[in-house]
Amino acid sequence: MIEQKRMSTTSLEALFQRYKTAGWWILAPRAEGDITTFGEVDSPGDVAAGLIQTTLSPKSAVLPIWEELFRFRRGESGIEVVEAAESSVPTIIFGLRPCDARAFAALDAVFTWDSQDEPYLARRNKVAFVSIACNQADDYCFCTSTGGGPGDTAGSDLLLTGVGDEYLVEVVTERGVELAGIAGELFGPAEGMDKAAHLASVPVRFDLDRLRQVLPKTFDREELWIDQSLRCLGCGACAYVCPTCVCFDIQDEATRHGGARVRCWDSCGFSLFTLHTSGHNPREVQSHRWRQRVMHKFAYMPERLQVLGCVGCGRCSRACPVDMNLAEHLAVIAESGE
Amino acid sequence: MSENIYRPYLMRIAHIVDEAPGIKTFRLTFQDEEAGARFRFKAGQFGLYSVFGQGESTFCIASSPTRSGYLECTFRTMGRVTTALADCDVGDIIGFRGPYGNTFPIETWEGKSILFIAGGIALPPLRCVIWNVLDLRERFKDVSIIYGARSVADLVYKHELEEWHARGDVRVITTVDPGGETPDWSGEIGFVPTVVEQIAPSSADTVALVCGPPIMIKFTLPVLEKLRFAKNMTYTTLENRMKCGIGKCGRCNVGKVFVCKDGPVFTLEELEELPEEY
Amino acid sequence: MTGLQDAARDLLQSGEAAVVIGFGGGSAGGARPLMVRDPTSVGDLIFDDRCVHNLAVYLLKPEVKSLGKPAIVGTQAVLRSILQLASEQQVKDRDVIALIPEADGGVRRLETLGEIEGAVSKPDAVLSPEEQNCLDEIASLSREERWRFWQEEFSRCLKCYACRAACPMCYCSQCIVEVNQPQWIPVPAHPLGNMGWHLVRAMHLAGRCVNCGECARACPVDIPLNLLNQVIEKEVAEQFGGKAGLSATASYALSTFTTDDKDTFIR
Ligand SMILES: Cc1cc2nc3c(=O)[nH]c(=O)nc-3n(C[C@H](O)[C@H](O)[C@H](O)COP(=O)(O)OP(=O)(O)OC[C@H]3O[C@@H](n4cnc5c(N)ncnc54)[C@H](O)[C@@H]3O)c2cc1C
Ligand code: SF4
Ligand code: SF4
Ligand code: SF4
Ligand code: SF4
Ligand code: FES
Repeated sequence: MIEQKRMSTTSLEALFQRYKTAGWWILAPRAEGDITTFGEVDSPGDVAAGLIQTTLSPKSAVLPIWEELFRFRRGESGIEVVEAAESSVPTIIFGLRPCDARAFAALDAVFTWDSQDEPYLARRNKVAFVSIACNQADDYCFCTSTGGGPGDTAGSDLLLTGVGDEYLVEVVTERGVELAGIAGELFGPAEGMDKAAHLASVPVRFDLDRLRQVLPKTFDREELWIDQSLRCLGCGACAYVCPTCVCFDIQDEATRHGGARVRCWDSCGFSLFTLHTSGHNPREVQSHRWRQRVMHKFAYMPERLQVLGCVGCGRCSRACPVDMNLAEHLAVIAESGE
Repeated sequence: MSENIYRPYLMRIAHIVDEAPGIKTFRLTFQDEEAGARFRFKAGQFGLYSVFGQGESTFCIASSPTRSGYLECTFRTMGRVTTALADCDVGDIIGFRGPYGNTFPIETWEGKSILFIAGGIALPPLRCVIWNVLDLRERFKDVSIIYGARSVADLVYKHELEEWHARGDVRVITTVDPGGETPDWSGEIGFVPTVVEQIAPSSADTVALVCGPPIMIKFTLPVLEKLRFAKNMTYTTLENRMKCGIGKCGRCNVGKVFVCKDGPVFTLEELEELPEEY
Repeated sequence: MTGLQDAARDLLQSGEAAVVIGFGGGSAGGARPLMVRDPTSVGDLIFDDRCVHNLAVYLLKPEVKSLGKPAIVGTQAVLRSILQLASEQQVKDRDVIALIPEADGGVRRLETLGEIEGAVSKPDAVLSPEEQNCLDEIASLSREERWRFWQEEFSRCLKCYACRAACPMCYCSQCIVEVNQPQWIPVPAHPLGNMGWHLVRAMHLAGRCVNCGECARACPVDIPLNLLNQVIEKEVAEQFGGKAGLSATASYALSTFTTDDKDTFIR
């Protein structure tokens, strides 16, 4: 049972100060020109207001666009491997949307099935989520088609829903209890607050069960994939703005006396992604790469990791230079029969 | 806190063999002897070998798990990392992480005959199994090796081929593509699939392992089928571009199957279930 | 619009074109590139002021090329791109049919490069007032300030290469950022990697950019790449004369020299 409390919106300032005093870093949506990203904030005033969704996702808090896996030094006695000093600090991601909060389950699944990805977990274990429910959505949002919703609590530690000049605060997890406890006096009892009335309405764009049934059987339907992907340019925009895309590259960077092994974001949309050194490419054309993107998220991940690889945040479709609208494509597949 | 899975073992190059033009074998010993003593792997597995500052590259472990204390890999110079590796000398330190991937279920083959078919530089993954089987020779019935390369110069493991031949308890057939023979070549002349068809090895209670360039595999598998080799007793390995080797970087999958975790070893039966994405 | 649709239908039905590269309705009331291969689908083609993409990028995509001869809905940016590509031997005469929607609803059909040359207008620049302002502002900065301005802009770059993928002039089958022997440009999106990528990108487009603005439009983090190109274009025009995308036979400013070039190093 999720405990509910109320908090005045004016108490946010005090809440932020309390968290900072307790040693938390706060990341929240910030405006950078016309785009919005998650960055460090001092006070609620720094947080971008009136947003539907940020341009970039909060993924980089746990999987930075590039990171050193370790460094190495060339010395008298040969090569020495040096682990990166533990650098991440306890971080609250504030003001992320419920879809984004759910996205971390997909990242966790990849980084913990079978083997534990230490560089990822070092950051992940220090992150808490204080999400804000959505009171507005746009044409690109489709959380409700992927099992989520504008007031979904899954993945959040605390979920705030704006109700007039107050927040309804839902304490979702153990960590949420801790976060609420740090500033207990800011919260009151939540009787009489109607959450549902303050949520955006997000129409369901496709039948997920139907999609999951049909999709695995579409691999060889070349014409379907060509039809959908002919305009796709094969860039990395969709993957790089996506909160659940994890694909990465490993590269070495050398200096004279050492260097680092570096992990950086990569995308299955690039033709280079699967290109063998011999020149052979198992995914030779863009339709095969688009198929991989759709299949990976909606067929392979659910089957192998029991988690959907998409939370319906709509970022990929907003960012795509040629308007590849994922929800629209998924609807076509779901309705295309077997 | 658990170990950083991307941190490689430091390996010393103990020995280098120039196998063929552009192909070398390294024998690697663990710089940390304790780690070396703890290290275990099974036939069929691979690892990520790295030159610090140049990057990582995927090769199978070409030595047998029955020989401990070292690892061997055989690689062809292709791009950035393999070029840097080829420039290394005995005594140099390189990185290795692994072992990764699934294995050949050798335990289940006891009492059966075993047929190895390899082409070109694809003998390394089988060499590991060959030595593994030969080190436990009495547990298996007939052992045969059919190995082909473009030319005599391109044959790898020349000394071992002779050694296996000389043992008497292994049937070794080597072949080179027409035109690749030298005047004193005493082996077969012809492409691997043709030679297999001519020799027509018995499929009775026999496990077949086939590794080679895609084109060779493509034409050899039908021959084996004709000879009635069971699909679930015919094995091959897949190569897809890899980065992590541990199911995370998302690039080696063939459909829902991750070559780095579910492979690289597949039976023909499994292979036929996979979509064409390799 | 019906003129365009009729022309597209005729081309597809007669087999003169295997695909019509045009625009269709898109998400949130916008437009998107649309490839029509089936004459019965020409009704999906639209053309109005939402149709901004530089469709010429598709002319060199292998997936589109493999379909057969294309017809393309020709905005000025598309026409300039075709001419520039022709001058670089990437498009040959009669490789592509351009369909120019006219104000009266009719369509002009251009079959040859010569006809396309006749149809490009020769604007000084095609910048929005905002872009012009930004450009003026950049021009007023000192050298150091300019460097800092671009450094700041590039620091946001994700290296998603949407700008490259959307640019008709970025057609190299192996981009230099993909060459790893040696690794000219660091792969990670750190300051050095980003600066390396953007310097290479700007220089490789110098004198070739047709200023369609597609790179900036494609960029998910709003880096005004086209402005950088614009500054360079002006420079190239002043130093060497000429402008990209006006002629199918022009030679490339940075790979040719004449005896009246200002610099003497080559003489
Ligand atoms: C399971 C398995 C087993 C194998 N076993 C063997 C074996 O035993 N022997 C053998 O010779 N080969 C083997 N291979 C093939 C071998 O992995 C490749 O030939 C080798 O990785 C080529 O590496 P390279 O560094 O020389 O090539 P490069 O093309 O230079 O690649 C260097 C690294 O960078 C990546 N890369 C290349 N270009 C770019 C770029 N532009 N941007 C970003 N990254 C890039 C590559 O993926 C690679 O990790 C095996 C492959 C697999 C999957
Ligand atoms: S695939 Fe698109 S909609 Fe789904 S989580 Fe990623 S960015 Fe959001
Ligand atoms: S779908 Fe759009 S963003 Fe994604 S690779 Fe294709 S063009 Fe780029
Ligand atoms: S404006 Fe940008 S996309 Fe257009 S030609 Fe120039 S560089 Fe390419
Ligand atoms: S589109 Fe923007 S973010 Fe992507 S590589 Fe180009 S400049 Fe960088
Ligand atoms: S190599 Fe990274 S997922 Fe298989």
